[in-house]
Amino acid sequence: MKIKMTVNGTKKVYDVAPDEYLLDTLRADHFYSIKRGCDNSSCGVCTVLMDGKAVQSCSILSVKAEGHSITTIEGHQDEAKKLSEYFGHQGADQCGYCNSSLALTVHAMKTEIKHPTNEDIKEYLVGNLCRCTGYEAQHRAIKLCLEDEE
Amino acid sequence: MKVVNQALPSIDGKGLMLGKKAYTDDLAEPHSLIVKVLRSPHPYAKIIKIDTTKAEALNGVELVLTYKDFDRRPFTRSGQGYPEPSPYDKFVLDEYVRYIGDEAAAVAAVDVKTAEKALKLIDIEYEVLEPVLDFETAYENKILVHPEPEIHDMFPIGFDPKKNLAASYHMHVGDVTKSLEESEVTIEETFYTQAQAHAMLEPHNVNARIDYQGRLVLYSSTQTPIHVRRIISQALDYPLSKIRVIKPRVGGGFGGKQAIHGEMFVSTVTLKTGKPSKMMYTRKEVFESSYSRHPMRLDIKLGATKDGILKVIDCWVTSDTGAYGEHALTVFMVVAAKVFPLYNKVDSVRFHGNVVYTNHTPAGAYRGYGAIQGNFALESAIDILCHKLNMDPVEFRQKNMMKETETSPIFKIMGEGTEGIEMFMDSCKLDYCVKRGAELANWKELYPRKELGNSKVKGVGMAIAMQGSGIPYVDMAAATIKLNDDGFYNLMIGATDIGQGSDTILAQIAAEALGTTLDKVIVYSSDTDLTPYDTGAYASSTTYVSGNAVLKAGKEMRQMIINEAAKVFEVNPEDVEYDGVTLKTKNKEITLKELSNRLFYNKDQKQLQITSSYYGTKSPPPFMAGFVEIDVDKETGEVDIIDYISIVDCGTTINPMLAKGQVEGGIVQGIGMAMYEEVNYTKKGKLITNDFLNYRIPTRREIHKLTTEFADSYEKSGPYGAKSVGEIGIDTPPAAIANAVYNAVGVRITTLPITPEKILLAIKKKERGE
Repeated sequence: MKIKMTVNGTKKVYDVAPDEYLLDTLRADHFYSIKRGCDNSSCGVCTVLMDGKAVQSCSILSVKAEGHSITTIEGHQDEAKKLSEYFGHQGADQCGYCNSSLALTVHAMKTEIKHPTNEDIKEYLVGNLCRCTGYEAQHRAIKLCLEDEE
Repeated sequence: MKVVNQALPSIDGKGLMLGKKAYTDDLAEPHSLIVKVLRSPHPYAKIIKIDTTKAEALNGVELVLTYKDFDRRPFTRSGQGYPEPSPYDKFVLDEYVRYIGDEAAAVAAVDVKTAEKALKLIDIEYEVLEPVLDFETAYENKILVHPEPEIHDMFPIGFDPKKNLAASYHMHVGDVTKSLEESEVTIEETFYTQAQAHAMLEPHNVNARIDYQGRLVLYSSTQTPIHVRRIISQALDYPLSKIRVIKPRVGGGFGGKQAIHGEMFVSTVTLKTGKPSKMMYTRKEVFESSYSRHPMRLDIKLGATKDGILKVIDCWVTSDTGAYGEHALTVFMVVAAKVFPLYNKVDSVRFHGNVVYTNHTPAGAYRGYGAIQGNFALESAIDILCHKLNMDPVEFRQKNMMKETETSPIFKIMGEGTEGIEMFMDSCKLDYCVKRGAELANWKELYPRKELGNSKVKGVGMAIAMQGSGIPYVDMAAATIKLNDDGFYNLMIGATDIGQGSDTILAQIAAEALGTTLDKVIVYSSDTDLTPYDTGAYASSTTYVSGNAVLKAGKEMRQMIINEAAKVFEVNPEDVEYDGVTLKTKNKEITLKELSNRLFYNKDQKQLQITSSYYGTKSPPPFMAGFVEIDVDKETGEVDIIDYISIVDCGTTINPMLAKGQVEGGIVQGIGMAMYEEVNYTKKGKLITNDFLNYRIPTRREIHKLTTEFADSYEKSGPYGAKSVGEIGIDTPPAAIANAVYNAVGVRITTLPITPEKILLAIKKKERGE
């Protein structure tokens, strides 16, 4: 079936199966920032923004995105570049599998919470698992980036 | 040093955050056949009938594979060097299935849905067999997990499948029985560790195609591309020269991607159909059907003089390798080999035990590789002994632990599945690590506990650890450096970046040796057609072994450049000065850029390229002291980690930021094993903890503060003084946290993970005087 949605500001028409997940639809359209890590919304690496709100694309049927506006980090490259500078300098890069989704979730957090505290940041990003870094360097990088933006 | 020991950003972080095409699944061919595996619902069964007619008839199904499609040729999936110290006990597909999740058949179809439908259409009848689910009763059990006659070992590893033994081992120094009798104070305790899951975020992932030259080309999310190529050739009896394995960007490994996963299936499907194929494990398959850490029971006895000199360590271990014996012996040996030398002043050591088969998910390599299990037992036991001696655990360790220039007889006795080599500690700053850690932890003030005035009490605990740096005389790494026009270089390495940053730190070593900057060194790694040999990312070998190969290549390339300039100047090479940019002699000079252009286009043309190899003749251990401050709620048993302090001696940190990341990542995985990561099976042997909702890895909420520092240390055999740092971080948390809990509330938890329920139950028992 054909569905319409906007991805990063571009109108898209996808031919999808009724039981197809948004993750697969978007990856088939070469949005490689979105990764598969699980299939029950429990790791965060498939995060996309639906009308600005972070959702897990592994658990959302593509048909549910009909008419909605989807954002991936491909749509916020400048912001991701900036955050990545902080990641680089704090040693927060390891395997990188969670980094795109983390950058996107940070973007969403900024629109929702002004001046987030340490606890706010941890709480907002709690669903974005990372097995490599131990979180400390990521946290420092995100916090410094936010502070410099203010 | 200008590039080494500098906290430079990783060379690939930005592109990955931007979401560039980089990982295995990003590189699968469009319209690849989807490979799915029919997995056993029984912990142990024999396939007595398998009919694939209906599945094959389904529209969109290309191929169904059963054990009948494969020669009966045992191999090991372990992903080690050859010959492997793991038993050849696996068939690509077998008529036996040995755990819930084991491979019974495979299908290749046009899409996931069709493949899954086809799995249901395979008509399979099992003779369900009684399983071995309790590893403590596996040895000499009447039920044999591997009754088949074809399986074998490659050299003696204590393999005896008629007793359910994948491996067994015995070593001793001195006479432990006598030493224990003579000891004024002795303790005895039993510890249990669980089957921790790697839980890397990228699942096991592989894809295949036949290229335009008719060769089989795989992209694989692996830690060991060269071993993968060899094992595919062995298991499928297909020429090695016709296989190419490329490791693209890998989303975490931690040992879990050392071994083979879907490689045999995609290779077979693509060879049989001529079509590209891919396989991606579901998260459930990652948990149930890959590998875990070896769960163990460790029985340990210690003896000391009453003034606190440790005299004897006696340890019996039973390790559960699950259904297949990947890494059975070597993980087992590391329990002692990379832990017990910490206390090198003892008179006697005995270490022995069995690695048994059971009908559980197989165990394999996992960061720490036995050392974390051994560390939990020994470092907990040391604290028990300290309590009995009424001695401060820091003071006890300072008295008894390994010091610089010293050795341990264990190094010579125990190697990687074989005998080891004698080794003296040319770099060991453990004394500094302990002293500095105690300072930062405010040990004098806080040990053993501080009541916080409510139901909470603060406790501190500590443990020390060591690891290795590669496998001496076994692990080899090679590096190729090529000079390009315009004066930049390619660094081609077999070393396998799985997220730990090896591409970056090896480029740093090359840049330092070449006298250039990081941007002038273009790294390409882990492609069996294009990069030289390297064992892969395991055994904490990359910084030390691969790093030494890169250093050697860098130095040699630098000399080649000088030699070429000497020819241009018509002087001796000794008369050329070179700062990495400009080559000078008396009144002449030429820049590297000019020289490289001249070598390509103008005069005496040639390609400057060098390949250098290195293998270690020792394995210098990194050391660390871990100190933890916790708050325990006596009413709920809940533990909050306030700060985890790591003081690490890894020699020179090639990149201090990335080294810190290795330590902190290891610490948090260790904290996960210590406190959160429970592994539960049903009575029938089904893994319950098979997703991220049931298997709880630490989130950013649990991690309050990590304090990580490095000791000033220089290992002269390492590249620019470096040792390894990939595994050492994971070792201390289980023991340090167990010790802190004891110090806080006086209960000793000997079974991992240390959950609030166990603490509370122990507190209640203690209150009742049990």
